[in-house]
Amino acid sequence: MRVLVTGLSSFWGGRLAQALERDRSVETIIGVSPEDPTCELERTEFVRVGLQHALLRRIVQAAEIDTVVDARLVVDSLQASPRVAHEANVIGTMNILAACGGPDSPVRKVVFKSSAHYYGCEQDDPAFFTETMRRPHPPRTRLESDIVEAEKAVDGFAERNPAVTVTVLRFCNALGPDLRTSHTELFALPVVPCMLGFDPRYQFIHEEDLVGVLRFAVEHELPGVYNAAGDGVLALSEVASLLGKPPAPILPPWGSSLAAAGLRPLGIRVPDEVRHQLRYGRGLDNRKLKAAGYSYAFTSRETVLKHAEGLRARSLRRGEAEPYRYEREVEDFLRWSPSVRRKGTV
Amino acid sequence: MSGRPALPAAPATDDLRELLPAIEPDRQVTDWGRSERVEGLLDATVYEFLYHYWFRCEVEGIENVPATGGALLVSNHAGALPPDAPMIAKAIKEEHPRPRPVHLTVEHFFKGYPGLAMLVNKIGGVPAHPANVHRLLDDEQQLVLVFPEGRKGSEKLYKDRYRLRRFGRGGFVEAAMRARTPIVPIAVLGAEEAMPIFAHVGLLQRLTKLIYFPVTPLFPHFGLLGTAYLPAKFRIRFLEPIPTDQWGERPWDDNGLVQTVAEDVRARIQDELIDLVSHRRSVWLG
Repeated sequence: MRVLVTGLSSFWGGRLAQALERDRSVETIIGVSPEDPTCELERTEFVRVGLQHALLRRIVQAAEIDTVVDARLVVDSLQASPRVAHEANVIGTMNILAACGGPDSPVRKVVFKSSAHYYGCEQDDPAFFTETMRRPHPPRTRLESDIVEAEKAVDGFAERNPAVTVTVLRFCNALGPDLRTSHTELFALPVVPCMLGFDPRYQFIHEEDLVGVLRFAVEHELPGVYNAAGDGVLALSEVASLLGKPPAPILPPWGSSLAAAGLRPLGIRVPDEVRHQLRYGRGLDNRKLKAAGYSYAFTSRETVLKHAEGLRARSLRRGEAEPYRYEREVEDFLRWSPSVRRKGTV
Repeated sequence: MSGRPALPAAPATDDLRELLPAIEPDRQVTDWGRSERVEGLLDATVYEFLYHYWFRCEVEGIENVPATGGALLVSNHAGALPPDAPMIAKAIKEEHPRPRPVHLTVEHFFKGYPGLAMLVNKIGGVPAHPANVHRLLDDEQQLVLVFPEGRKGSEKLYKDRYRLRRFGRGGFVEAAMRARTPIVPIAVLGAEEAMPIFAHVGLLQRLTKLIYFPVTPLFPHFGLLGTAYLPAKFRIRFLEPIPTDQWGERPWDDNGLVQTVAEDVRARIQDELIDLVSHRRSVWLG
C-alpha cells in the first residue's frame, strides 16, 4: 500500500502517519502540508506543498499512490481564521480531489476526514444522527457550510469515480492530552462554561480512537459515510463533574453571540459552532462503524476521564520535554545517509 | 491490503441492536439525558404525593402494558401543565409486575426554552422526532408515551373537556408500524379538571415565548401557586393493545391504513372517556 497523507502538520495527519509507519504492509508514506510536521516521523517523506492540484497530481502519479487520506479539513474555528478555513475546506478539497481523479490515476481509495459539524445543532434535531440523515436546516455558521460544501465535492467525486473507494468519516468532538481544540481550551478553564438554562448532550472521541478510526479506514474497504464517536452521550453537567470542575453559566440564553464577543478579550473563545453546541448539543449513532468491525478503545465517559487526567498532569509536564521541531537537513540525513544504521535492516 | 474481502452490505437490524452502547454502571444519566437522581427525587416527593393522596389514582387494565419489548402508549392529553404523563408513568411503576421507565415524547419547543431544556429530558422527555421514537421502540425496546393531540389537547378550554382533538397526521401509527410494536391506548380521567384552562392571553404568550399562556383557576393571579393542581379524582384505564404487525410488509406506505388505524385508536379512547365520565358521580370523589 502506498499512502499519501494530506495535512501532515495537523495533529491528525501526523499521528496517522506515525501509526502507519508501524504497519509493514504500508510501503510508502508521503505527507504533504504547507507547514512543517509537528511530530517526529521515521520513514514518512514530507513534501512541503500547498494545495495546488497540478503539483499534488504529479506527486500522486510519480509515487503511484493508491490511498489518499485527507486529514487536513479545518473543523474548529480555533485552528484558522474563517477565510483561511474556507480556502482550505472548500478550495483545498476541490484541488485534492482533482489530483486524485481521472482515468489514469493510480488512486484506489480516498479517506476523507470530516466532522459532525456537518449535521449542525438545531432545536429539532434527532437525538442520534445516523449517516443517512440530512441536516434539518441550512448551515448557520461559516464553518458548517464549508464542511457541507466540502462533503458535497467528495460525494461528487465518488459518483464520477466508481472504481475508487471513498470513505467519509464524520468525527464528533475529540479530546485528548495532545489535542488543542475549542473544547479542550474551554475545559482547561477553572470552570466549565455553559449556557444558562441548558444542559446539552455531548459525545466525545479520544485522540487515540481518532487515529485508530482513520487507520481502520485505510486498512479496510469502507465505501460511504461513517460517524465516528465514542459510545455514550453525556450531559454537559456530567462532563463537568467528571472533570471535577463546577459548571458556570457564562453565556446567557438570549444575546449569547454578544456575550461570546465580550468574553473574547478575556481569552475565552466561544466560536459560533461551539455556542450552538452549548445550547442544543448533539448525539451521533456510531453503530455503522462498529458494525463494520471497528471497536472503540474509549467511551465518551472514559475519554473525558482520560482528558481530566491529562489536564491535571499538564502543568507538571510543561517544560519537561522540548517540543519537536522539524529540521529538513536533519531529517534528510536520517533518511538517506548511508552512515545511518536503520533498525531492522542491518 | 486491497485483496481483503469486501465487507458485507448493510447489516440486519438485529446486529445493530446488539451494537447499542453498553450501559456504564457509574453513570446516572442515560444517553437520552435522563437523570436517575432528578427523576428519583421528583418521583419520591411530588409524584408520590400526587399519585396516592392528591389525585388518588385508580388504575385499570395494567396487564395490557407488555412486560417486555417496545410498546407505544397513546393517551388523551389535558391540563395547562398536563399531569397525565407523570401519572401514567407512575401507574406503571406502582402497579405493573415488571415496572419499566416510560419515555415521553415532547415538542421540540422544550429543547429550546432555557430552564425547561435542562429539566424536561432529565425527567424522561424525548423530543418527538420520528427517529427518536423509532430508536426507543425498535432498537432499545422501550415504552414510549405519545399524546397525538399534542398541544391542541393541553391548550383546549374547559368547555371542550374530554372531547379529543385531531390525532395529528397519524405519525404515531407509522412509528409503531415501522418498529412492529403494539399500540396501547390509554384513557385518563381527571386531568381535565386538575388544571382547567378558561382563556388564553395572547400578548403574554408572545412576551414569554411559551407555547401558550393560560388563565386557570390559580394562574396567573396567584403566581407560582398557579402550578398547583386541583384535587380531581384520577382514573387511568389501559386498553387492549393493538398489534401493528398484522398488516403485512411495509403497511406504513398505505396512507389510508395509517389514517384508519389512527382514527380507530382515537375512537377507542373517546368511547372509554365517555364511559368513564358517565359512571363518575363526583369530579373530586370519583
